[in-house]
Amino acid sequence: MIEVDDLTKRYGDKTAVAGLSFTVGPGIVTGFLGPNGAGKSTTMRMILGLDRPDGGSATVDGKLYRDLPQPLSVVGALLEARAVHSGRSAYNHLLCLAQSQGFARRRVDEVIELVGLVEVAHKRAGGFSLGMGQRLGLAAALLGEPSVLVLDEPVNGLDPEGVLWIRNLMKRLASEGRTVFVSSHLMNEMAVTADHLVVIGRGKLIADCSTEEFIASNTERSVLVRSPDGGRIADAIAAAGGRVSANGDGSLEVADLDSTRIWELAVDGGFVLSELTPRRGSLEKAFMELTRDSVEYGIPSGSASNGSVQ
Amino acid sequence: MTATTTTSRLQAHKPGFGRLVLGEWTKLRSVRATVWSLGLLVVLDLGFTALFTWLTVSQWSKSSPAAHAAAIADPTSLIMGTGLELGQLTICVLGVLVITSEYSTGMIRASLLAVPKRLPMLAAKATVFGSLVLVLGVGVSLASFALGAPILHSKAPVSLGDPGVLRAVVGGGMYLCVLGLFSLAVGTIVRHTAAALTGVIAFVLVVAPLTLLIPGSIGKYVHAYMPSQAGQLITQAHRGPQDLLTPWQGFGVFCAWTAALLIVAGIMLNRRDA
Repeated sequence: MIEVDDLTKRYGDKTAVAGLSFTVGPGIVTGFLGPNGAGKSTTMRMILGLDRPDGGSATVDGKLYRDLPQPLSVVGALLEARAVHSGRSAYNHLLCLAQSQGFARRRVDEVIELVGLVEVAHKRAGGFSLGMGQRLGLAAALLGEPSVLVLDEPVNGLDPEGVLWIRNLMKRLASEGRTVFVSSHLMNEMAVTADHLVVIGRGKLIADCSTEEFIASNTERSVLVRSPDGGRIADAIAAAGGRVSANGDGSLEVADLDSTRIWELAVDGGFVLSELTPRRGSLEKAFMELTRDSVEYGIPSGSASNGSVQ
Repeated sequence: MTATTTTSRLQAHKPGFGRLVLGEWTKLRSVRATVWSLGLLVVLDLGFTALFTWLTVSQWSKSSPAAHAAAIADPTSLIMGTGLELGQLTICVLGVLVITSEYSTGMIRASLLAVPKRLPMLAAKATVFGSLVLVLGVGVSLASFALGAPILHSKAPVSLGDPGVLRAVVGGGMYLCVLGLFSLAVGTIVRHTAAALTGVIAFVLVVAPLTLLIPGSIGKYVHAYMPSQAGQLITQAHRGPQDLLTPWQGFGVFCAWTAALLIVAGIMLNRRDA
């Protein structure tokens, strides 16, 4: 269980995290979502005692990270930036961490096998690929069989196989009753992994709800209508309470009215329909809509087309 | 819950400072920098001790009576001096790297996740590194004396049993140990390898001789209290006629510098974001 209470972090006059409060519970995967620069990593680093908050607190199982006597047996963390000496072998990296916690040497062999690094365990970590580096980071996180996992962008830069592996691992860890808190700036990735979402933008909480709820309340449903009687059917739909907008290709985009009702209107009015397609707005789009105002370095509208970024 | 029952199985050993020392020892022995720095210390120290004592003997007839007097008055200082002067650079480098390489590679984050109370981490590092350098340093100093004394014997005989000699030779190792901790402290404060190394070398090799240029007795005092200048007095068998401090006083001054820097390093490590 992770509890974040009114957490604040400032860098100079810039506020990275502004009075953030949320709770991450056990047994499910909780996604931590936000655009780049929203304060996800900073928040995680404060939970992990690496950065000092300017206000508020973050606790794990009711304790500050700094006060955990054997932290790796409570919290396993994978940070976005690499945290391995490039000149040290994977085995020795894990061994020194295990020794610092008083874990048995046998546990090092176990996690190396678990993440599939047996063949390269005695090679210098500096020569590892991005995927192998992530596996080593996860091995370190799992070393103490922790009840809480904090993973910062774990699928970043991984190939599809690696993404799938991490996704399944996170789900398995959650099903074992552990608390899994994972950050991402990719909405679609979270939609298939997370059960619950904490969404932030510019260091502030935007949403804290189940993934289903988030999708339902933030994706706009619409129906695509194509008809030779375009003008007349548009009037009928508008009269029935639907919002109609014309697409460039002569088709209509209808909101606030479902496809069954539009079908009935067409039958009643004797209109011909050549297409009637219910559409669900993409999650990615919903996320961008929601966080548009909170993107740190947004692209000014129009600048992409005429290239006049100043 | 599975998570809690399996955790208890892992708690094979009691938590404590010993496990941090063990972890730091694994860190230190498992990187190449340790092996080549310490190997270079042995080679440089012994090589230059042999070369310098041999040159002193072979050039004896051409050197001044004052030089003869100095050599005969304290042959130990002459034997220990050159090897240490060059060998100490490897300890400066390794002492800085022990901590700055953690910052440059990101390892510091893994270290602090494992040991979130930061002072014990620094203390364990200092204990492990200091002990290793002390043991190796005393060994190298004894070897250096065993190599240099017979070469110098015909001109300036000296043996380990003479007053102050054993202390001076063991003092060579003690000097290297404290110098290592001094470098570790600077590395912890500065965090960047190149900058920290420049700082340490400047302190040890450049600034100390420069203070002699300060006119009058102030310069003499400042020079005597510079860390490496004061620290190296421990490698003399007895206090020289020009020295303001005794060997032990000098070593005490060096230890005070190092302790002060370690305290600053500890405060900054504790305060800063990693």
